[in-house]
Amino acid sequence: MREIQTRRISDTVRELCLDSNRMLGDDILIRIRECLDQETSPTGQEVLSQILENARIAAEEQMPLCQDTGVAVVFLDVGQDVHVTGGDLYEAVQAGVARGYQDGYFRKSMVRDPLRRENTGDNTPAFIHTEIVPGDRIKITLLPKGGGSENMSEARILSPSEGPEGIKAFVLGRVRRSGANPCPPIIVGVGIGGTLELCALIAKRSLLRRIGQRHPDPCYAALETELLESVNRLGIGPQGFGGRCTALEVFVEVRPCHIASLPVAVNIQCHAARRGEAVI
Amino acid sequence: MKIDRKSIQTPLTDASVRMLRTGNHVLISGVLYTARDAAHRRMTDSLLRGEGLPVPLRGQILFYAGPAPAPPGRASGAIGPTTAGRMDAFTIPLLAEGLKGMIGKGPRSEAVRGAIRDHGAVYFAAVGGIAALLARCVLTSRIAAYPDLGPEAVHRIEVVDLPVIVANDCYGADLYEEGVAANRPAFP
Ligand code: SF4
Repeated sequence: MREIQTRRISDTVRELCLDSNRMLGDDILIRIRECLDQETSPTGQEVLSQILENARIAAEEQMPLCQDTGVAVVFLDVGQDVHVTGGDLYEAVQAGVARGYQDGYFRKSMVRDPLRRENTGDNTPAFIHTEIVPGDRIKITLLPKGGGSENMSEARILSPSEGPEGIKAFVLGRVRRSGANPCPPIIVGVGIGGTLELCALIAKRSLLRRIGQRHPDPCYAALETELLESVNRLGIGPQGFGGRCTALEVFVEVRPCHIASLPVAVNIQCHAARRGEAVI
Repeated sequence: MKIDRKSIQTPLTDASVRMLRTGNHVLISGVLYTARDAAHRRMTDSLLRGEGLPVPLRGQILFYAGPAPAPPGRASGAIGPTTAGRMDAFTIPLLAEGLKGMIGKGPRSEAVRGAIRDHGAVYFAAVGGIAALLARCVLTSRIAAYPDLGPEAVHRIEVVDLPVIVANDCYGADLYEEGVAANRPAFP
């Protein structure tokens, strides 16, 4: 049994909140630059240049990339040989999120109750998804998720007979109807299979992959490439002002499923695709 | 391609609004008021009760934004547009009160687009997700109404050269429809 102090977990979560909200991944910056080279709409080019300039300013001035620093979605992969000491694991994560959002002067975007809607004041609760994995480490992954892009996401149970064509039509329809709202260029996470809740979860988790990282199964890798090309033919363009670059990437994740169903979820992520990861 | 930019000053006049065309890149300077969903609901509720607005909106621009707290030594925290469509249900009574401009992101409903034209107003889109860049344009910021709403309170902010694009001009044109139609290949 390896012991890990909750204090260390909390400090790590705090740092992930601060860093991920201020710095875009290099893979995302590289892809946005490629899109700028390919974009033919002058307004689209202007938008992409502003996005790159913003990333530079945010890193330099230690400011959040976007004022919507989102709901903190936390994935905990906990090694089965880890013994957490010094308190409650989930409380440590929540405390880390509260401190990170306070110390970073980030906006607090969480309400305590979906109907009463009173702000909790410290951006908690974070939503924590835990998996028990082999080993003696804890991997903490943070995905601050903005409202604009989350609002354009959707899960649906298709009939198995609808097959790949049904999936493509659902994904493209979802992106078309989202238009400008999720701040394109977007990343499209697609979860296929599982159950209603599982397809939504794997769609979200797919957003953590690095740009260009294709699905290991060639069949789904081809689906990702095809979907990306189709999305970029919609003409939505940067910020929905029209252009070639609507999506930076499409990721597909799959799971086994019931003989009667074909669950599909689309989780849309904006260009401010923030993520952070640490292993303790 | 070089982008042409027009500079405008708030409050807006009929003449300054008529100068603006959908697709124009504009730099706004002057006073703006921020308001999101909750503040909109309160303002339109006040109007329904026959009460006045907490801030005078005649000729003014509402920025659909909830700024982050300002770090020490800075005028404003991160600031940027939120989805304008959520404000559609509240917008027409505010236009009737003399509101001249709005800044947000994403398209407006057909009814709001019609009202923008009829009232000689303008809707600007700011780029979403560039809050560090936009925060640099803010010179001063203070709460002007509804302090209990926290980030959703109405802030009075003074900006210089805030970059936006005209999405709906007073002539009825729409940047989202036209831009996407112009960029969709003939055979998708
Ligand atoms: S969709 Fe993303 S980039 Fe746009 S405002 Fe929301 S968090 Fe920011």
